[in-house]
Amino acid sequence: MTTNTPLLKADHVGIQFGGLKALSDVNIELYPGELIGLIGPNGAGKTTFFNLLTGVYEPTEGSIVLGNEKLNGLPPYKITRKGISRTFQNIRLFGELSVLDNVKVAYHSLARHSILSSIIRLPSHFSGEKEIEEKAIEFLKIFKLEGFMYEKAKNLPYGQQRRLEIARALAAHPKLLLLDEPAAGMNPQETKELMNLIAFIREKFNLTILLIEHDMSLVMGVCERIYVLDHGQLIAHGTPEEIRNHPKVIEAYLGEEVS
Amino acid sequence: MTIFKRINGFWLSMVLAIVFFIVVQLLISRGILNSFYINTLFYMAINIILAVSLHLIIGITGQFSIGHAGFLAVGAYASAVMTMKLQMPFSLALLAGGVTAAVAGLLIGIPTLRLKGDYLAIATLGFGEIVRIILLNVDYVGGASGMTVTHLTTWPWVFACMLIAIIVIANFTNSTHGRACISIREDEIAADSMGINTTYYKVTAFVIGSFFAGIAGGLYAHNFYIIQPTNFGFLKSFDILIFVVLGGLGSMSGAVIAAILLTVVSTFLQEYPETRMIIYSIVLILVMLYRPKGLLGTQELTSFFRLRKAVEGGKQNDNKHTVA
Repeated sequence: MTTNTPLLKADHVGIQFGGLKALSDVNIELYPGELIGLIGPNGAGKTTFFNLLTGVYEPTEGSIVLGNEKLNGLPPYKITRKGISRTFQNIRLFGELSVLDNVKVAYHSLARHSILSSIIRLPSHFSGEKEIEEKAIEFLKIFKLEGFMYEKAKNLPYGQQRRLEIARALAAHPKLLLLDEPAAGMNPQETKELMNLIAFIREKFNLTILLIEHDMSLVMGVCERIYVLDHGQLIAHGTPEEIRNHPKVIEAYLGEEVS
Repeated sequence: MTIFKRINGFWLSMVLAIVFFIVVQLLISRGILNSFYINTLFYMAINIILAVSLHLIIGITGQFSIGHAGFLAVGAYASAVMTMKLQMPFSLALLAGGVTAAVAGLLIGIPTLRLKGDYLAIATLGFGEIVRIILLNVDYVGGASGMTVTHLTTWPWVFACMLIAIIVIANFTNSTHGRACISIREDEIAADSMGINTTYYKVTAFVIGSFFAGIAGGLYAHNFYIIQPTNFGFLKSFDILIFVVLGGLGSMSGAVIAAILLTVVSTFLQEYPETRMIIYSIVLILVMLYRPKGLLGTQELTSFFRLRKAVEGGKQNDNKHTVA
């Protein structure tokens, strides 16, 4: 674990929907290169927290800082360009687009050719498109998806769709990758492959990863530190070993012990 | 490599298009085509412009707008004012019609494109009606009795505008910008999280679409001797919507084919005014029953000829399909 300045710092973050406090006083610090788990029972506010980090919602209290830039109030596309990208709990691929085009979309923000140059087909359009295409194909090769390149994304098998969604998120060149239940709906074999994939991309892209997961074997197996949310509040934080034996966590998951 | 292939396909279809243009031009100048057919041809081309411009908004960007006749009206009246009141040349009038409609698209698009689905549809429908009511009440443009317009629309103008509309929209679609628009159609939240400025692209598509609707309006106004606000009611918007849906949402060649088909059907049914709307409706019902995703679905006509599956919204070499 590195101990320099945090890459991402959520400081007393909270959000209120009308009278409902979905999250309150969440403090999380992520250091460069870490792989951190975020767990908690259903409805604890994990995905809401992801939505705050990516700008889908704006926090009603506290601040979120990436590097030394405050992210509060920025629209999602700007936050992505600053270096946070994510996958979704229910896969959100561009179903009618090809696998290749899904990845190309992530490269869009790197494109320098203007709309006008595309409409009148200036040389900058062709060079720009070619660059995007080459990069996207190279990227698909890393993820061993190049065989499905021209397949519509919606026709891929479930496991490959997850893989593509992670590839697409990484193609946006994030510093911080947020994975929302990547193993949901996967069988043990697929989960194992996913664990290998996560370890691989982390090394390859020098990433910081925040992972929401229900599959305990995955969380305990790969994460260095774990935060636990329950009813919109952080109830525990520590190494997998500490979390496993933390009384509050056991209570949140199994209910209070009947003595 | 693929670029060369594309350019070849593009030039091939351009040659076909120009051959078609010259043949029709000769037929017209020799007086072989009577004015009924010429008029149908003009009407077809105008409908194609309307269909592809709405295709960009609904089929590509996925913004369900049903006020397209409003932009048609803005373009028609703006260009008519230019030629009839300000004595400007036709070329300038057409451009003014397009630009005015584009400005209207920008003004309407910025606030309404935050809305989604049904809500956007109702807002754009409202816009179309507002345009009609305003035109109905402005005496400068003739109010309810409308404006008389000299006949200036000619085959070269109609054909050139149609070709430009198709090329511009196909080129836009077939680039990273078009892909951004398609990603918004597919999943707006995911597009946003991929770093795409969704508002910008929605408004851009809307403005380009309304620009060409305005051009179509200019051609329309100078083809019919008179324009009245009643020509631009919401039924006109639905006519355009039907081209796009019948052709297959997301398919430009589909929209073009549907525009041609329905123009032919409705023109030839004019001889049977009693049954016209019934037959027209039956055609729509049958197509939707047997091709629920539209004539071409999301495919392009060109994609049937290539081995590699084309999945983007539109291909450059569509224009050859306008050879009806």
